[in-house]
Amino acid sequence: MKLLLKNREMLLVVAIIALLVLIAVRFPPFVAPGNLANVYNDTSILIILALGQMAVILTRCIDLSMAANLALSGMAAAMLNAAFPGLPVPLIILVAVALGAALGSINGLLVWKLDIPPIVVTLGTLTIYRGLIFLLSGGAWINAHQMSDAFKALPRATLLGFPLLSWLSLVIIAIMVVVMRRTPLGRAFFALGGNPHAAVYTGIDVGRTRFLAYCLSGTLAGLSGYLWVSRYAVAYVDIAAGFELDIIAACVIGGVSIAGGIGSVGGAVLGALFLGVIKNALPVINISPFAQMAISGMVIIIAVAVNARAEKRKGRVILRKAEAAHG
Amino acid sequence: MKILKTLLVTAAISVAMMATAQAETKKIALVVKALGIGFFEAANKGAQEAAKELGDVEVIYTGPTTTTAEGQIEVINSLIAQKVDAIAVSANDTNALVPALKKAMDRGIKVISWDSGVAPEGRLMHLNPSSNPLIGNMIIKLAADNLPEGGDVAVLSATATSTNQNVWIEEMNKVLGNYKGINVVATVYGDDLADKSYRETQGLIQSHPNLKAIIAPTSVGIVAAAQAVTDAGKIGQINVTGLGLPSEMAGHVKSGASKSFAIWNPIDLGYSATMIANDLIGGAEAKPGAELKMGRMGTVKLDDKNEGAMADPFVYDASNVEEFAKIF
Repeated sequence: MKLLLKNREMLLVVAIIALLVLIAVRFPPFVAPGNLANVYNDTSILIILALGQMAVILTRCIDLSMAANLALSGMAAAMLNAAFPGLPVPLIILVAVALGAALGSINGLLVWKLDIPPIVVTLGTLTIYRGLIFLLSGGAWINAHQMSDAFKALPRATLLGFPLLSWLSLVIIAIMVVVMRRTPLGRAFFALGGNPHAAVYTGIDVGRTRFLAYCLSGTLAGLSGYLWVSRYAVAYVDIAAGFELDIIAACVIGGVSIAGGIGSVGGAVLGALFLGVIKNALPVINISPFAQMAISGMVIIIAVAVNARAEKRKGRVILRKAEAAHG
Repeated sequence: MKILKTLLVTAAISVAMMATAQAETKKIALVVKALGIGFFEAANKGAQEAAKELGDVEVIYTGPTTTTAEGQIEVINSLIAQKVDAIAVSANDTNALVPALKKAMDRGIKVISWDSGVAPEGRLMHLNPSSNPLIGNMIIKLAADNLPEGGDVAVLSATATSTNQNVWIEEMNKVLGNYKGINVVATVYGDDLADKSYRETQGLIQSHPNLKAIIAPTSVGIVAAAQAVTDAGKIGQINVTGLGLPSEMAGHVKSGASKSFAIWNPIDLGYSATMIANDLIGGAEAKPGAELKMGRMGTVKLDDKNEGAMADPFVYDASNVEEFAKIF
């Protein structure tokens, strides 16, 4: 199974390279190293969010409220900065992350303690969080000149030639690799998604694990909230509207199974990058905006189709293994 | 001789009428969507200016505390009881205010709407801040004014299906020939999303190295484009312009990413609404083709729906954006 996942990731790498070649034919400057670094930087936030979503999807749940969580945490960070420009930026980030985690834990508690289907819970909180932004801000915008320079500068500051935003996403990827592969929690995500009943017998608390998955996705959404608001230097009610679908699409393209239990950090990152390349390339290769939407949609469907086939094969492999064991 | 006599008599009568009218102050109510909104406070400033200029007019600035039609109906009913001479309203609902406003008109009160209109049966005329042809012309003019030698410009719109933006871009293309040397090289769509608009701007910068200006007739787009130009280090090379709000654009004008942009001027709007109301009280008739007086803003010509456009969108630049940023 590991080999298969590896193959799948290789497949994505090949797909991304093929995509880049296709784009290069129409617009060669796109594949210049400097521009590719920009594309990665632009995709950083999506990568961070996709990793949080992956953890949730692995446990057979879904988090539709991530973009709304991002927007609420981002608005809170921006308002805090506008009201107290002297507040150190790390403290503001901490507040955004803590708020994100708290919002995520609300999702987690509802799924855990009240046993409401995750899609219903997060659809509800999505609307509630968006509504809260309106209540918090009164519908007003926080604009570039209201934010302090330090607040806007952090993701743009460069270290070894790359923006801090890119570095931050690399750090998050590294942390997630360790969490998924080397901690009981990471293994619990996979075990629970693979077979919840079996997971119970191995001593995994299903509800609690799901709760923690939501806390993780909420924390990452809170962090992304600050990053988003400072990157685009504006906060208003509708920021990142509809972005939850991009996050889920990145996971699906990256081979994270919606049915739970299957997925990898590498896959989610590559899925996000694949979408990021498309998003950045479409404006420069001169395609009608209507075709753009169709293309994005087609890519997702193709990815899901490939995914479904991959899962089918997995079933056969297990059977064969079982047969071999019996024989 | 007979003609002269008639003229003299008419003049005498009108002088007499004016004298009686001047005897008592005319009360014009400026009803806004809600009190405490910067935009409307600014409109009131303009209305007070008009009152001062006219001398015999008292402006009653009022409105509900929240933006509801119910609140406005209450306000209108109390204005009817106060026997005001005219009501100029920016409506929270196109249709809900009609019965109350009809009642006002039945009692001889002149009713007009401005900014946000009411259905035709509920008012004598509606004053739009501007018109589609004027906006279309203004957005290309803003870009062209900073490009005396011409150059490539691109449009960053909202969604490909948004009606307002499409009409403005269409009107812009109609007058493009008047601006020599200005080439519109691309029209892209940021979907009124900050991230997509930002990315589309990056795409424009990449695919059009000679780009001199980006026109964004949408408030989300213009802010995102200005930020993208700033981050790309293209301030001074690419001028971001279009339609935006002073409070949202102040920082980008200061940084130089945007030399100027346009939107309605609420002060002028309040001023003009008051002037028109005064003109109607003075006997002017609001009918298709009629021209109503707006003091220093000139006249407004009514179309077949009794609507008129006040003026070109007002241009904001480094000289005035700070002042207006406090208002809206």
